[in-house]
Amino acid sequence: MAITKKKAAKKSNTVKLKFDTSWTYDPAPESKSAATIAKQYDLFINGEWQKPQSKKYFDTINPATEEKLSEVAEAGEADVDKAVKAARNAHEKVWKKMPAKERAKYIFRIARIMQEKARELAIIESLDGGKPIRESRDFDIPTASNHFFYYAGWADKLEYAFPNRQTAPLGVAAQIIPWNFPLLMAAWKIAPAIATGNTVVLKSAETTPLTAYKLAEIIREADLPPGVVNIISGAGATGAAMVNHPDVNKIAFTGSTDVGKIIQRAIAGTNKKVTLELGGKAANIIFEDAPIDQAVEGVINGIFFNQGHVCCAGSRLYVQESIAKIVIRKLKDRLESLIVGDPLDKNTDIGAINSKAQLDTIHKYISIGKKEGAEMYESSCRIPGKGFFCRPTLFTNVAQSNRIAQEEIFGPVLSVLTFRTDDEVIEKANNSPYGLSAGVWTDKGSKIFNMTKRMRAGVVWANTFNKFDPTSPFGGYKESGFGREGGLHGLLPYVELRS
Amino acid sequence: MEKLIKKSSLAISENGLEKKSGGKRVEVLKTYKIYIGGQFPRTESGRYYIPENAAGKKLANVCLSSRKDVRDAVVAARGAVSGWSGRAAFNRSQILYRIAEMLEGRKAQFIEELMAQDTSKAKAEKEVTLAIDRLIYYAGWCDKFQQLFSAVNPVASSHFNFSVPEPTGVVSIIAPQTDSLIGLVSVIAPVIAGGNTCVVLASETKPLCAVTFAEVLNSSDVPGGVVNILTGKPAELASWMVDHMDVNATIYCENNAAVQQMIREKSASNLKRVFFYDQTNWMNPDSQSPYFIMDTQEIKTTWHPVENIAGAGGGY
Repeated sequence: MAITKKKAAKKSNTVKLKFDTSWTYDPAPESKSAATIAKQYDLFINGEWQKPQSKKYFDTINPATEEKLSEVAEAGEADVDKAVKAARNAHEKVWKKMPAKERAKYIFRIARIMQEKARELAIIESLDGGKPIRESRDFDIPTASNHFFYYAGWADKLEYAFPNRQTAPLGVAAQIIPWNFPLLMAAWKIAPAIATGNTVVLKSAETTPLTAYKLAEIIREADLPPGVVNIISGAGATGAAMVNHPDVNKIAFTGSTDVGKIIQRAIAGTNKKVTLELGGKAANIIFEDAPIDQAVEGVINGIFFNQGHVCCAGSRLYVQESIAKIVIRKLKDRLESLIVGDPLDKNTDIGAINSKAQLDTIHKYISIGKKEGAEMYESSCRIPGKGFFCRPTLFTNVAQSNRIAQEEIFGPVLSVLTFRTDDEVIEKANNSPYGLSAGVWTDKGSKIFNMTKRMRAGVVWANTFNKFDPTSPFGGYKESGFGREGGLHGLLPYVELRS
Repeated sequence: MEKLIKKSSLAISENGLEKKSGGKRVEVLKTYKIYIGGQFPRTESGRYYIPENAAGKKLANVCLSSRKDVRDAVVAARGAVSGWSGRAAFNRSQILYRIAEMLEGRKAQFIEELMAQDTSKAKAEKEVTLAIDRLIYYAGWCDKFQQLFSAVNPVASSHFNFSVPEPTGVVSIIAPQTDSLIGLVSVIAPVIAGGNTCVVLASETKPLCAVTFAEVLNSSDVPGGVVNILTGKPAELASWMVDHMDVNATIYCENNAAVQQMIREKSASNLKRVFFYDQTNWMNPDSQSPYFIMDTQEIKTTWHPVENIAGAGGGY
């Protein structure tokens, strides 16, 4: 009895942070005045703004306020055909004939102008997509611009890329991008394609078309020959028209695994090449010897970066049993400290959920998690009354078979599971149809490489998470797709190798 | 029958023992079985088919493998992935070399079988030596292609970042129908050189060499399950080989548009990697390259922070 009493009296030597003190941040909003958004955007085809033959326009809204920002043209089948023809024409007559070093200089130009307009692009990215300005300013825009700069330099060096092989461009690439990193995904798609001598028809995502059109303005300003890059907008039907167009040689898609499978089926019986960058349910593993505070920061960044709208988000956390209690407590503390709100505020950690539909999906999964018997914990923060917001949430007592541990939620929701041994956690981590990314936290070097080698995923972060770079290949194993974007390996999806 | 007994009756005693040499020896025929998990079972279905050569000679009672045989083979192949991919690349190199050694020693048998399957003697000899040389070629690649296709990536942040190829897992292969030995070897070698395991459906009309090649594999230190070879009809089995959710990639070598379309459609179930080698002439000595190995490799990129202690300068 005495011992128990003594134990109870002994205080924990870790200080619990108090976040309900007088520490508050004043609003620090970025100014909208540094950005220009037109009232209406037409399709960017053959270097010109063209009215859609579909005659349709759709609104794009600010998900943080639900206010309309602009309206953009919806490309129908005839518009897609026009764009593909422009791309084909530019490929045959101009782009594939141009000396590679000249091609390079156009792409360098694009990168430079993006840097010059970085602030404007960041503001529009946050307005249209809901992501915190800190992220669009410090990550999305610079990384997108760097991607162009990196691949520009490859254009006249392709003969060194693949031993004993010459490269030839494929022709016209149809590229379909998601709404989570609108400008960055456009850069990931366009830069390697045009550096290798292909021409492009790119479709932006339905909810986030604006920065792609800003990029179109930049491309015009860079004097890129007309038709080399065509940018259109629309929803699934537009994408289908692109995939099914008979004069397209290559399809590059980033999005859901379901749509990726539809595309794989749609190109059956054709010679179209395809690369797919699809969903994920990344395992993030913390061993008991890990530097815990650093790991907790990494886990928070891993799941709450960009509201969790990240295909490689560390959404399945595996904590070694011996430290589960303290890790969960620290995660909950840290959750409380996250600032949720105005995406344009420089202090905001978590902005707006990209759309009403996505918010509904996230809510659906939260209620599934509760029904499955997992314990939900959400931040007690206030969220704005207007707009689409979701409190950062985590689930404990999650079973491997629970849907919230198996399916991609694509929102700020973390599932926490526990393990005892290395073999057990490898088994659990790899028990997923996905294989995009993974993470491991431990202080022991040999254990890091044991884990990183055995985890079936295309990108593995050790003692870090959600890091990206133009030189670093990105892409999945298994049902997370195939093909790589970034680095030397990112050239391969856009070339034919000839001996 | 009566005639035969009468003719040889002088040499045979009443109890059937040979009195003196000179009697006609009855040849021992080979039972052609399939190869799963390092064992030689018959097909679980109990079915067989009898391929014939151009002259109408029946080649053998060959196992007509079933969907269940495909599933058993995939189980064996999956079970062998971690051991095989976990071996040192140098060790895999030695084992592929060992396959070539065993094949060299059984050249005569393969030439005979190829000839029984309508290949001319000259071409059969060429095909067998080419198959041996191709195995030696890929044996040498086992511990070298990684260096050619890896990269240390100069990321802008303070991280050590590198990309390396890793085997994709289990590969289902519908082997070339015409060049039944060199085609088979040419598609299996790069897949296993890269650390994958495979389930192979042999040429339907010319299956003999494939079964004998399984015997070569079995005596070459190739662990059971790494290569599984079935005989049967692509028309029946191809769809199951592409449908299976525990197969990671599929290789198909014929220029049949309908089958290619079927493979692409079915491969979507779990996003298999699909490769059509329908333009390759396997008898060409140049129809080999590390790019065949790379087809069934995934690129894994690993990130790790590099400590940046304030005030610490460069090392030089």
